[in-house]
Amino acid sequence: MTLIKEFTKGFIKENPVFVMALGLCPTLAVTTSVQNAIGMGLAATFVLVCSNLIISLIKNFIPNKIRIPCYIVVIASFVTIVDMVMEAYVPSLHKNLGLFIPLIVVNCIILGRAEAFAGKNNLIRSFLDGLGMGLGFTLALIIIGGIREILGVGQFFGYNVFPATYKPILAAILAPGAFLIMGVLMGLLNLMKKR
Amino acid sequence: MEFVSKIFALAIGAIFVQNFVLMRFLGLCPYIGVSKKVDSALGMGMAVIFVMTMASTITWVLQTYLLVPLKIEFLQTIAFILTIASLVQLVEMIIQKLAPALYKALGVFLPLITTNCAVLGVAILNINEKFSFIESILYGLFAGVGFTLVLVLMAGIREKLDKAEIPESMKGMPIAMVVAGCMALAFLGFSGLKL
Repeated sequence: MTLIKEFTKGFIKENPVFVMALGLCPTLAVTTSVQNAIGMGLAATFVLVCSNLIISLIKNFIPNKIRIPCYIVVIASFVTIVDMVMEAYVPSLHKNLGLFIPLIVVNCIILGRAEAFAGKNNLIRSFLDGLGMGLGFTLALIIIGGIREILGVGQFFGYNVFPATYKPILAAILAPGAFLIMGVLMGLLNLMKKR
Repeated sequence: MEFVSKIFALAIGAIFVQNFVLMRFLGLCPYIGVSKKVDSALGMGMAVIFVMTMASTITWVLQTYLLVPLKIEFLQTIAFILTIASLVQLVEMIIQKLAPALYKALGVFLPLITTNCAVLGVAILNINEKFSFIESILYGLFAGVGFTLVLVLMAGIREKLDKAEIPESMKGMPIAMVVAGCMALAFLGFSGLKL
């Protein structure tokens, strides 16, 4: 039972983006379309799961004082792998995400989970935690990406959702739209929690 | 003369047109997190300007004289993040020793800078944009100035916002996001500048 909870807590209750407000930079930067959102989400999930696994395995060998640099090296290695694999197999997505793939290294969610969870828990729990948090992050990206793509381009996942006469709100896929939509979503979530 | 105009274009580009926070979505965590008071925003901004300039300098040298000659460019992410992490540590120790007053003002912010994606972002951008040594240093400096500018502006707005009547569920993070959206809208006006 607790194992399932470890997995599902990242979806809503402790959602890294909406509830904990971690990893805001990639959240706002790459969510111009659902496709980019899924790409970024899965890349981060892979790094999160792998680094959680490795860190949970080696946590007993790392001296406490230098644990953060050690975590960063582990995370950076997996980010490099993701970077190279994406460049080889999905070059167009790699180009769209651009700078934000190497920047997964400094995504606070990953270092945060390593420090708060994987460094203290066993292999299976760390794996489930990483997977759940990663999917929660992906889910948040898809929600924001979906709203921005529908409003800003009039499409969802590349398919038209509005009649041809719809005039897209261009601001939604530009920088201001990202901030405004994120702010309104967070406000709505707060409102729902109060009810 | 040509050099001066080039530098001017670089400065306007980094501070206004492609502002790191509002247009590139880099360094959002400190932008939202440390923008409650003008004083602390200014302190954080100064620390970031300093570290970004130093990081641009060192990572450029590292890339040009170590990674490229040895053909190990794929280690860029790992090498850069480790450089930045140790740089921040070093800067912290030096300031603590030489300028205790400055350390008191900046001390709390320095450890946070390692995970500020704007620092790693500017280092990688310098390489991607194929900047020369001087350009890299200046780009780091100007990017930091742009970051500080919007951080201090934001802090000024949020100090006033404390006294405003805001719906309960929009307080804190959500309203900060909406304000950021309005600022981004204003900065969008610079994007027509031809440099």
